[in-house]
Amino acid sequence: MSNSSLIIFGLLVPLLSALGSYVFQKNINLRDSFGVIGGIITFIISLIIFDGIQNFQEFSISLFPLIQGVDFTFRVTPLGSIFSLVASSLWILASIYTIGYMRGAAEDNQTRFVIFYSIAIHAALAIAWSGNLLVLFIFYEILTFSTFPLVGHKQNAESQAAGRVYLSILVGTSLMLFLPAIFWIWFQTGTLDFKSGGILDGKFPTEYLSFLVALLVFGIGKAAIMPIHRWLPAAMVAPTPVSALLHAVAVVKAGVFSFLVVVVYIIGPEYLFESKASDWLIWLASFTILASSIIAISKDDLKARLAYSTISQLSYIILGAALATTFAIKGASFHIITHAIGKITLFFCAGAIYVTAHVKKISQLNGLGYKTPLIFFAYTLGALSIIGVPPFVGSWSKFYLILGSLEADYLFVAIILGISSLLNIYYLLEPVFVGFRKKLTKDIHLTNAPLAVWPPVVTGLGCFVLFFFANYFDEIINGVLFL
Amino acid sequence: MNFLIDDAPALVVVLPLIVSAIIAFMPSSRWPWIISMITLVVHLFISFELLSMVQTSGVILYEFGNWQPPWGIAFKIDGINIGLQIIFSSFVLITTFYSRKIFLSEIHPDDSGKAYSLWLLAVGSLNGIILTNDIFNLFVFLEISALSSISLIALGAGMNRKALLAAFNYLIIGAIGATFYVIGVGFAYSMTGTLNMSDLVIQLSQYSTGQLAIFAGMSFMLIGLMVKSAVFPLHLWLPPAYSYAPSAVSTLFAALATKAILYFFVRLIYEVFTFYDHYLIIFLDYVLMPLSVSAIFVGTIIAIYQDDIKKLLAYSSIAQIGYITLAFSMNDQSGITAGFIHIFNHALIKGGLFMAIGYFAFSSQDRVTLSSINGYGQKYPITSFALLICGVSLIGIPLTNGFVSKLYLFQALYYNHMFITIALVAISSALAVIYFWKIVESLWFSSIKTEVVSEDPAIYIPLWIVAISIIIFGVFSAPIVELANMASINLFGGISN
Repeated sequence: MSNSSLIIFGLLVPLLSALGSYVFQKNINLRDSFGVIGGIITFIISLIIFDGIQNFQEFSISLFPLIQGVDFTFRVTPLGSIFSLVASSLWILASIYTIGYMRGAAEDNQTRFVIFYSIAIHAALAIAWSGNLLVLFIFYEILTFSTFPLVGHKQNAESQAAGRVYLSILVGTSLMLFLPAIFWIWFQTGTLDFKSGGILDGKFPTEYLSFLVALLVFGIGKAAIMPIHRWLPAAMVAPTPVSALLHAVAVVKAGVFSFLVVVVYIIGPEYLFESKASDWLIWLASFTILASSIIAISKDDLKARLAYSTISQLSYIILGAALATTFAIKGASFHIITHAIGKITLFFCAGAIYVTAHVKKISQLNGLGYKTPLIFFAYTLGALSIIGVPPFVGSWSKFYLILGSLEADYLFVAIILGISSLLNIYYLLEPVFVGFRKKLTKDIHLTNAPLAVWPPVVTGLGCFVLFFFANYFDEIINGVLFL
Repeated sequence: MNFLIDDAPALVVVLPLIVSAIIAFMPSSRWPWIISMITLVVHLFISFELLSMVQTSGVILYEFGNWQPPWGIAFKIDGINIGLQIIFSSFVLITTFYSRKIFLSEIHPDDSGKAYSLWLLAVGSLNGIILTNDIFNLFVFLEISALSSISLIALGAGMNRKALLAAFNYLIIGAIGATFYVIGVGFAYSMTGTLNMSDLVIQLSQYSTGQLAIFAGMSFMLIGLMVKSAVFPLHLWLPPAYSYAPSAVSTLFAALATKAILYFFVRLIYEVFTFYDHYLIIFLDYVLMPLSVSAIFVGTIIAIYQDDIKKLLAYSSIAQIGYITLAFSMNDQSGITAGFIHIFNHALIKGGLFMAIGYFAFSSQDRVTLSSINGYGQKYPITSFALLICGVSLIGIPLTNGFVSKLYLFQALYYNHMFITIALVAISSALAVIYFWKIVESLWFSSIKTEVVSEDPAIYIPLWIVAISIIIFGVFSAPIVELANMASINLFGGISN
């Protein structure tokens, strides 16, 4: 299969999987298996593309012109190949987990759920492989609209209100800020293609660059920097598989990925670094990291706590992009991988606890650790990775980010990263302590849902195993800056 | 067939008017529609004939009865209005095809002949507005279109008696607008002694400084046309008129009626009054532009609070007319291009939306409100999905023609360094998501469960033609952009700066 048709095939698989789920909605086992099969196939394709990118092959296909100088183009960037690999590999586990969770929790409308789940994955892959900013924007919007039915899945007043917050913030910011920013870049340069070193240097009035950065970072609402973060906690009313894959991986990562892509391939890290246009963003991202950590501590609902933890972790990536030094960009790219696998583990565990023990609040976890040791084991692995304790993979990306901040002469950023790690220890490990330290206070009837329990164990062990492949990742991430 | 070619400019106007007289007293309920369809197919054919003639010879001047202008009445077809003519003719055909069942369900079957007679009268007169090169002749067409429109709106009384009030409102306000216009024509005639637009340009150039009577005339004409094209705050007749008219009539008017008048408005400004640019700049910068921006906001915000969907769409039209006049107010070729592009694109979008809502009204035989369409996404999947496409285009998401409009509008604003207006337009386009999403929520995300109903192909085929055109012109925007560019180059070539 040629390189270009591979891209199209890779994008079609999630759609075909959605179609398959629709056609065979009566046979629920067959219906749910499409997600797993689709995940495996897209994972293989992502792997082939990823490998090809490592060997400097070109993966691109241009379908038709959109506006002058901008075609409907898919072209896989090194950064995109990483994102698609993360999204597709975790989709396999997430679709297995979805079966366990949805049946365990006996949710309604499961067919609609799996269909929009697959469409969301399709949009995430298309974002990863888009060849210019306008194509990225199109699928950015599709991702928002396709996840709306998942957020409002329960169709009660609470989820409807949450769905409205979710949609209005994401669509509103993208139409008000992101799209005008794209237009602005296009008016100035006549192109929107991704190039290593960016396309703006020399063509954009540098005195307005910090304004453009503001339009982009607030316009890409999925990156959830404060004060555009409200949608993420609101989206937690969705069933946990959505929170796990979409709101810890696909959607939020699409946000920070978009911002990182803009910095690396549109603005150009060197230009950004020299213009000092993102200095203010370093402060704002640091503030977001600390403020959301503190809010996380105050949350008793496990999913809400994880949501605020996600906001904090996303700002690590924005921080890396804003610092714009080589190590910081590497750290930010690496953090996309490490945070994805760590956070999906935590969300899987939160959902597994809900399905098996019907508990949502941390204060009610008393003694549950002895009843469900596997879940708590996986949770601990994921939490340690996100905190950044060696030998877990999360330690590497944090290490790079600290190096990047020192490289840019921002000592205070390194200090903030340190404080944030301390806060992480507190609020991520508290559930474990509660689970093991205290006595079981009430009689809890356990439901058996093995399909919801094993995926987090796999990803948790992944956090540990991947630590030893840092060399390999280092090579990959070195390629990010060169297209 | 030779007369088809020679007299083509007259035929596109005269043919519907003649046929309208023929079918007026037909007792049958089917034949008027069939004859109208045949007429409009011929109409479309002649329009394309005109297009090829304009492409070869540039400008067609058609003199009625071989009376030489400036004494006789003349039609002028050039790069400016031919694009509009094509869009107009094709959309009228689609709407007429769509109208049959819906229209007949809302009126008495015996009235079919009269209804289609009025329909063709409106079509012919609106087409006259597009083609005429004579400012008094325009007044005549304005009056014919107003009278036929009022009667068509009043036909909605079979469904809801408020249609009569809406028609009466339109009658009064429309008459005021037309009077303003004709007073202005009087001033201009008394000063220059001519009514022909091409001649008027030459005559006016001799009074290029300070003739108060000409300023007064220009102001009367422009304000009269602003009433007729529902530019905020002179829009009050439009929402009730569109929302209580029979659905097919709303579709036709929302798509085309105000657009034809807006076209004449812009032509008057940039072609006829071009020697008065010091006056025009004041009018454009301090009157039209602030009013347009207000229209965008007021229209959008009122639309958000509407429960009746036809009213919601009508207020959205006020906002969209604001976008068009904003583009036209820029005194710049890129702005006029953007305005024409949005005239074309919005005709499709709003036409499609009214078609879909019209079907819901037809099937429920009641007003369509946000709560009455709960669960219709499952009940009428084909119609609802087309409505979704039109709505997404209204917001301006890429791959739809609404995005193309928005892109060119932003570009024009950017070239003119109107950054604050860019911000305001961006905010308002995001606000439009709110009212559109209310419809989507009712359609698909209500808790009411419904069964799939088999939909009527006679209604969803024209609707889907529109929806697919929205996508096609969103992806391959070149033909529309070229037509609009041709119009703006021809129009802006004339202005002195």
